[in-house]
Amino acid sequence: MPPTTDLVVQKIETRADGSLRAYLRSIAAIVWKDLAAEFRSRELIGAMLVFSALVILIFNFALELDIRTREAVTSGVLWVTFAFAGTLGLNRSMAIEKDRGCLDGLLLAPVDRNAIFFGKAIGNLFFMLIVEAIILPMYSVLYNVNLFQPGLILVILLGSIGYTAVGTLLASMAVQARTRDVLLPILLFPVLIPLLLAAVKASNGFLMGFEMAEIMPWINVMIAYDVIFIAVAFMVFDFIVEE
Amino acid sequence: MIKVRRLVKTFGPKPVLRGLDFQVSKGEFVALLGPNGAGKTTFLRILATLSRPKMGEVIVAGHQLPAEAAAVRRRLGVVSHQPLLYGDLSAEQNLRFYGWMYGVGELDRRIDEVLHLIGLNPRRRDLVRQFSRGMQQRLAIGRAILHRPDILLFDEPHTGLDQEAAAMLDQVLREIASTGRTVVMTSHDISRAADLADRVDILSKGIITASESTDALDPIQLTELYRAVTRV
Repeated sequence: MPPTTDLVVQKIETRADGSLRAYLRSIAAIVWKDLAAEFRSRELIGAMLVFSALVILIFNFALELDIRTREAVTSGVLWVTFAFAGTLGLNRSMAIEKDRGCLDGLLLAPVDRNAIFFGKAIGNLFFMLIVEAIILPMYSVLYNVNLFQPGLILVILLGSIGYTAVGTLLASMAVQARTRDVLLPILLFPVLIPLLLAAVKASNGFLMGFEMAEIMPWINVMIAYDVIFIAVAFMVFDFIVEE
Repeated sequence: MIKVRRLVKTFGPKPVLRGLDFQVSKGEFVALLGPNGAGKTTFLRILATLSRPKMGEVIVAGHQLPAEAAAVRRRLGVVSHQPLLYGDLSAEQNLRFYGWMYGVGELDRRIDEVLHLIGLNPRRRDLVRQFSRGMQQRLAIGRAILHRPDILLFDEPHTGLDQEAAAMLDQVLREIASTGRTVVMTSHDISRAADLADRVDILSKGIITASESTDALDPIQLTELYRAVTRV
């Protein structure tokens, strides 16, 4: 068994020893805390929504397209919107922890530090999915394109999982720096290229009515990306947040 | 309860702690004084498992750091000059969140107890961002004692408080100390440290340069000692 796999298995076995409930409770507590704070302030979702709505509006006016071309550019416009709006959310989500010293509060808790990563990542995923759930119908109306296809929804879900996993990990690194707002996109987008490429290709495949055989390789790339980066975050988060 | 031997910590090439020795017995209240940059906060962060030492031995509640950090965290309550509280959650929600993180049993009852102790029960449903600095600091103490830790670390808890808020904080600190908990508090305020603590240690240039019982010296003598060992 390779050493990295060994480490993951060892960590999972430790959980199974009896601390699994505490681990899951900590994840749930962090998700609850993020959602409760956000539904009170609406800072994060508000910023992401306004930005996303503006991007699709600008593209709508900038590109005067016939119906066939609209379908062809939809996947690109959608993923550009989600990727840039997502960085606003990721930055804000970690800044809340850093600004009032709350990250120390989380690190002081007697829980496995990976639970902090998963709690934050699941919270970020919720925010991203909420924004996507509002932006998709808006886009459908503005561009007269039907986006409510199960295959496309699956691609958006897989893409969002990978995006928030990598984004939360890199935001935890960037938040330590003075230039965190600039640093996160610079770190994030190069790492996201395989995921965004696969997401655009798979989304385009569903929108243009391609055969599943043509789309499946891109979906497999997204699944592999999600699994790899969740595993990487699971192993390295502890070292990233350590002083 | 806390035993530190030859502790060294550097940030890059810059040494902050240079072979520090320190010891605290169970139930003792120790105030750590020292000028800015002496290494007080760095030292407290190492005890709190938030920072790794470069060299030396750190044993807290019988557990070696950093190897047994998770076991130490369960026994520790930490208050720093930042409140470690979420402004968009109420006082009660903040305590509930930390209660879940620490796995506190009978959480509702414990939250009631803590809010009464820190005098914030009438404001329990108010958002923390609407609180004054003094109220936030009292809630920070509530957060730190929620899981009934036997060791408390306070990093300059009086920073930014007006006299009335500082006096209320002193009262809460005395009540906590009277329950037999071990307390280490960093401070710049010599007379307050002499009033609250059983012992005062002076940290200068990364080592403990003096350690005196507060029974042995009055605040004036302590100030003279502080000036002598820190060369102010």
